[in-house]
Amino acid sequence: MSVAEGEFDLRTLDDAELVEQVHDDLYNGMKPEVVLATHIFLERGWGPDKVLNDALVEGMRIVGVDFRDGILFVPEVLLAANAMKGGMEILRPLLAETGAEPIGKVVIGTVKGDIHDIGKNLVGMMLEGAGFEVIDIGINNPVEKYLDALELHKPDILGMSALLTTTMPYMKVVVDTLKQKNLREKYIVLVGGAPLNDEFGKAVGADAYCRDAAVAVETAKALIAAKRAAARAH
Amino acid sequence: MATAGRKLVIACGALAHEVAALRNSYRWLELDVHCLPPELHNRPERIAPAVRAAIAAHRDDYSEIFVAYADCGTSGALDAVLREAGVERIDGVHCYQFFAGVDAFAQLADSEPGSFFLTDFLVRHFDRLVFRGLGLDRHPELQSQYFGNYRRLVYLSQRVDADNAAAAEVIAGRLGLEYHFRHTGYGGLEHSLHRFVAREAQI
Repeated sequence: MSVAEGEFDLRTLDDAELVEQVHDDLYNGMKPEVVLATHIFLERGWGPDKVLNDALVEGMRIVGVDFRDGILFVPEVLLAANAMKGGMEILRPLLAETGAEPIGKVVIGTVKGDIHDIGKNLVGMMLEGAGFEVIDIGINNPVEKYLDALELHKPDILGMSALLTTTMPYMKVVVDTLKQKNLREKYIVLVGGAPLNDEFGKAVGADAYCRDAAVAVETAKALIAAKRAAARAH
Repeated sequence: MATAGRKLVIACGALAHEVAALRNSYRWLELDVHCLPPELHNRPERIAPAVRAAIAAHRDDYSEIFVAYADCGTSGALDAVLREAGVERIDGVHCYQFFAGVDAFAQLADSEPGSFFLTDFLVRHFDRLVFRGLGLDRHPELQSQYFGNYRRLVYLSQRVDADNAAAAEVIAGRLGLEYHFRHTGYGGLEHSLHRFVAREAQI
């Protein structure tokens, strides 16, 4: 990428300054700049995991905090996510080449009747950024589609998302079906979506309600670690 | 001190025209209306605190208060405020449902989950509340992320208004959605206000 008049060259920044700049560029949804910075880090010999964690994931964490605090709104978060995707598209094949095992596998999708996937997409992206393998089964999923995906992919976690108060009760249909088939204990079930809360998560029988993408990542990590520790103890 | 017989409706700003039309139509002259900003439609987490503040501000001036909101994405937070205050609201989850009716709304949503609903208010204020509210004036590239999964726009009209219907159809075209029109009238809003006013007459 050439440097236009009036712009400064990202290559003149040292590593720490460039990390700060990526955080700013993510915050401002500047995809071309984030993509360029990702290339620069790699040219400087940074590993793809370090670029991902220090620059992209940390930058999105800051975006997430300011969204939670009402400083940023949905459009800004979407632009930041699009910028992060630009960087991740470069890093994804390089991360695969390292042969590093994902820290867990997640099947994620919105429930039957619900086509709103902005939150689900953000969660999927942040989980991938945190080292999870994410299988996104899309929108408007009946219980059969969840079951098929669980059988096929054998994930650690099932993530369900709903934006509508009229569709969120369907999460209980899925959890109850898992119980009927003696499958519930095989999976960690996480639920999320704007109208949900902790009480709802408990009421439908999920392991946890996650209020945003950052919480989803931390919860997924914590519950997988706890489940594996419990399995080792047996 | 409460003014004898006077009652207050604390309403979503998106219902201001509709509440006023009903009050004028039925000559509910004893009814006052206080509207909260319609922008809360986009920030449901702010509705319950705003309603709590409005009730506190007006409680002493009225013999009874009714809240013209449904749950409206507050996840029960509004109900917690209303329980505490002893105030009722419109039954239902949101205005689309109480205008159309529970069964009719369920049928519309079930027959096409990718239905994007507009009311009279949202048609009139689409550019400000939806288009600019979602940042599409500054970032039109986000339109597919917001609307890519929708298939049709359903205009639930409260008043029969050819200009509004034409505007809704234009919006559907801008969003690349099939246009569907359904006249609902005032639905659950009208029923709720009737009950509220009738209850006053019994006191």
